Amino acid sequence: MQAFTYIVKYLVFPGFVFSAVVGLLTTWVDRKVTARVQYRVGPPWYQPFADMVKLLGKEVVVPVNARSTGFLIMPVVGLAAATLASTIIWLVNLRPEASFVGDSIVTLYVMTIPALALILGASASANPLGALGASREMKLLFAYELPLMISVLTTIMKVGSFSFEKILMYQEYNGVMLGSVSGVIAFIVMIFCAQAKLGFLPFDIPEAETEIAGGTHIEYSGAPLAIVRLNTAIMYVVMPLFIITLLWGGVNFIGWRILTSILKYVAIVVIMVLIKNTNPRVRIDQAVRFFWGPMFALSVIAMILAVLGY
Amino acid sequence: MSLGLKALKKSPWVFHVNTGACNNCDIEILDCLTPRFDVERFGVILVGSVRHADVLLISGPVTKNVLPRLKRLYDAAPRPIKVVAFGACGCKCGIFRDGYNVVGPLDKYIPVDAYIPGCPPKPETIISGIVKVLNQL
Repeated sequence: MQAFTYIVKYLVFPGFVFSAVVGLLTTWVDRKVTARVQYRVGPPWYQPFADMVKLLGKEVVVPVNARSTGFLIMPVVGLAAATLASTIIWLVNLRPEASFVGDSIVTLYVMTIPALALILGASASANPLGALGASREMKLLFAYELPLMISVLTTIMKVGSFSFEKILMYQEYNGVMLGSVSGVIAFIVMIFCAQAKLGFLPFDIPEAETEIAGGTHIEYSGAPLAIVRLNTAIMYVVMPLFIITLLWGGVNFIGWRILTSILKYVAIVVIMVLIKNTNPRVRIDQAVRFFWGPMFALSVIAMILAVLGY
Repeated sequence: MSLGLKALKKSPWVFHVNTGACNNCDIEILDCLTPRFDVERFGVILVGSVRHADVLLISGPVTKNVLPRLKRLYDAAPRPIKVVAFGACGCKCGIFRDGYNVVGPLDKYIPVDAYIPGCPPKPETIISGIVKVLNQL
């Protein structure tokens, strides 16, 4: 019985189906805001769903030289990991007693798996541009994980616990982390790291459509491409929610807090879309220097301030 | 009509192939993405890889060097795929028809579903051509 409820939670609510729908709606918000920023009209709300259904109906091409098993299975592995991360974060937000020791660390680890799966899938595709995208994705992963982990540590240092439940409780009684100096600095660092994790401009270096023709996605077609895109859509739910949980008091579906929760989520998404629309793509060496230089310094400052109690 | 084809009508992803055009048609294609015409309203986006494409928009007379690549590109695209011959050169080789290295027109080598004439075609013409292709589905 216990196993059955876990499976329902993972597959339906708040796992796969729910996260996928929210994620696809978020990608619509992304495209619509992008269009409005560029003074266009933008696509209708069902556009991401139409894209998904269309891709599921297309032919699946597997390149002759590709390792077909790895090539086809890796998007599914990434999707499973993204869904797991989403399930954990939603569950601890909706029912804090579902939290377990060290779940913030588990989530942080699970969130890197989609990127790793994409690297392996692109390497298996036997395409030189795919390999180029994979190598760039790997460098980017090394670059942004460092400041991301240190800014997560900022919250953990201040609260003194690894579990999401304690972090949410602390913010409930002492005010949100975003109200303190260290919280604001960690927020800035995490927004940029989220930008890189989701593969958005200015850090869409691994996908770079005009430069290496889709990079890590280049050989995917039909259903695997749909899964890869769904993967990004679910990570689009996970990343803002992770930031809100750690720094902005979490989300909740009780009473009026449903409204503030949605507003927080949309606010973070819109900040990310605006960064995306006002910046050109940087080179991979510039990105690594940016994350290991200013972002690393900022996150260390945030951590020191948190230890000192600011 | 199956659900997949119905969805395809709502999100045709276009891959642009230049088989030796003079770049004027290519500029006109970008015009369709600007605020005045904004084809993303209908779900049309330009994609970077042929594996993601639903419509191949081919501009230019086919030159000797590009022909083998064009055939490989057509084979690499996932089905169902629609081919649109774009501009006067794509349709009938245009002013380059007597060129020493021109082996076109396009429809001698791969099946073409629609022709968009003009040198270069106006954005309105392009949108009308795309609508005609989608109505064939």
